[in-house]
Amino acid sequence: MKVLVAVKRVVDYNVKVRVKSDQTGVDLANVKMAMNPFCEIAVEEAVRLKEKGAADEIVVVSMGPKAAQEQIRTALALGADRGILIETDEELESLAVAKLLAKVVDEEQPGLVILGKQSIDSDANQTGQMLGALTGMPQGTFASEVNLGEGTVDVTREIDGGLQTVSLNMPAIVTTDLRLNEPRYASLPNIMKAKRKPLDTKTPADYGVEVAPRLKTLKVEAPAERQGGVKVASVDELVEKLKNEAKVV
Amino acid sequence: MSILVIAEHDNAALKGATLNTVAAASQIGGEIHVLVAGENCGAAAEAAAQVAGVSKVLLADNAAYAHQLAENIAPLVAELAANYGHVLAPATTNGKNFMPRVAAQLDVAQLSDIIAVESADTFKRPIYAGNAIATVQSGDSVKVITVRATGFDPAAASGGSATIEAVGSAHDAGISRFVKEELAKSDRPELTAARVVISGGRGMGNGENFALLEKVADKLGAAVGASRAAVDAGFVPNDMQVGQTGKIVAPELYIAVGISGAIQHLAGMKDSKYIVAINKDEEAPIFSVADYGLVADLFDAVPELEQKL
Ligand SMILES: Cc1cc2nc3c(=O)[nH]c(=O)nc-3n(C[C@H](O)[C@H](O)[C@H](O)COP(=O)(O)OP(=O)(O)OC[C@H]3O[C@@H](n4cnc5c(N)ncnc54)[C@H](O)[C@@H]3O)c2cc1C
Ligand SMILES: Cc1cc2nc3c(=O)[nH]c(=O)nc-3n(C[C@H](O)[C@H](O)[C@H](O)COP(=O)(O)OP(=O)(O)OC[C@H]3O[C@@H](n4cnc5c(N)ncnc54)[C@H](O)[C@@H]3O)c2cc1C
Repeated sequence: MKVLVAVKRVVDYNVKVRVKSDQTGVDLANVKMAMNPFCEIAVEEAVRLKEKGAADEIVVVSMGPKAAQEQIRTALALGADRGILIETDEELESLAVAKLLAKVVDEEQPGLVILGKQSIDSDANQTGQMLGALTGMPQGTFASEVNLGEGTVDVTREIDGGLQTVSLNMPAIVTTDLRLNEPRYASLPNIMKAKRKPLDTKTPADYGVEVAPRLKTLKVEAPAERQGGVKVASVDELVEKLKNEAKVV
Repeated sequence: MSILVIAEHDNAALKGATLNTVAAASQIGGEIHVLVAGENCGAAAEAAAQVAGVSKVLLADNAAYAHQLAENIAPLVAELAANYGHVLAPATTNGKNFMPRVAAQLDVAQLSDIIAVESADTFKRPIYAGNAIATVQSGDSVKVITVRATGFDPAAASGGSATIEAVGSAHDAGISRFVKEELAKSDRPELTAARVVISGGRGMGNGENFALLEKVADKLGAAVGASRAAVDAGFVPNDMQVGQTGKIVAPELYIAVGISGAIQHLAGMKDSKYIVAINKDEEAPIFSVADYGLVADLFDAVPELEQKL
């Protein structure tokens, strides 16, 4: 079985972004970029399937600027076999990403497509589900456990009230939640080896997909600042303030 | 044009987030219809008909919708969407699961997690873990939107008298099946709807120590939450995680105990009205958002707090 994994280049999760003063977006100049943490979990899951003998090839795909090669190379160093970069400097919306992924699915015919549940920049949480609609594949979103059966896959999902398990016909889509696995680190020899693994570069036009945005960002502002930083000296003072100042207890 | 709100319910009753979503719909303006899709969900439809501002309830009662499988719900909603200018659902794990599937089927973008309505086509939504707020305009013919409950005060659950209309069409894609559910049982209020939330982090040390927080919660009628670190360590179940990638809460009072205050955690609670932090490290970033910070060992402070409340 072939597994397709989608990885996105995003701002590193440790970075606290700043809004640009002209309110056109956030300042990404010289900011550290990394693979979206949920995509790392997706790559790890695919690699574990291969190690168990359940998968025989892992293809990673990313859409974005040329520099997104770095995230594909990272995935290759973690154990993926081959990469596809669909290069564009356009700000891609989830729908465009899903349309491109649907074309790749068409070409590659994977048994499983694994994506992150959300990317930590746009926090959209849409792409995997949209891919489901476009390909007619079932989806196991927010996965904390994935078990392959005969032509089906059982996915345990983190939902608001607890956990839900669904059984999906394959090919199927899985989007990862935090507890699915703990991603490994790439070893130096594997990072070196990854440099020689195949990486194809394409453009959205190669797939005949229109990627122009549907949404217009009118402005991006900083959220209202909280006036915090006040300390109390004792539990007594805390209780007094909660009762008489905040009046919340 | 009218607005379609997709109800979140357990067949018997509406979930609270539905009321916040109706409130968002009323800010857009237009007639509000509510879809209740499920199995034996007549009672939930009755409840939806009572909600202030709702003029019609569409009831899709069919075994295919019993467990809200996205593969079956999405084609139903996409079919109904033809008659509407907006389709709204709460940004719960359920809404997040099926709505993008609806949007893609309609070939439109989705607006995720809106926190404000500027006009019928322009909305505000947080990005980058709430460190930026984007104002986004949609030119699509149908606007597919998920609503962050904390952004809108709930519509009144009573006072309405909508008609209930049955929807015949049954979509059973037959490509996914429900296997089982393990739902946390608790007599406490729901995390996202509670007036007071007390959350524990890695500093709690283990799951048993959460009993300290539960005692305070009992006194305050509070819900109990957690940081990701506490969930990852297995102290408490996943449905208690507050944060960017867990639940977003905005209670009147949020008490963070043994939580350092990483940006991902702050993203889920910094819109609370009052924040209390109890942490033994006076440099912990949580103090920068706290209205009342107490530098103390939680194992002393929490029992004392419980006793003095
Ligand atoms: C201010 C602002 C506001 C925006 N608001 C919206 C909005 O409301 N709605 C909207 O649709 N878009 C919006 N966007 C565009 C947003 O950046 C895109 O939606 C995003 O680039 C596409 O992925 P995602 O974040 O939606 O993916 P998600 O659905 O959050 O990501 C899930 C997974 O999809 C895969 N994936 C996503 N992108 C790629 C990629 N480029 N390459 C490979 N795999 C990928 C990854 O596996 C990822 O983990 C906004 C952008 C900006 C700057
Ligand atoms: C993709 C991604 C998504 C994430 N999503 C979330 C999310 O949704 N929610 C979330 O919470 N995190 C999330 N995180 C994790 C986040 O970055 C932090 O790692 C996490 O919030 C830390 O949890 P903590 O504060 O409990 O633990 P720590 O950072 O270890 O803090 C523990 C605190 O307890 C204090 N303490 C210890 N003992 C005591 C004592 N006896 N008395 C008083 N204080 C004590 C310490 O001083 C310390 O400040 C995410 C991370 C990533 C990468």
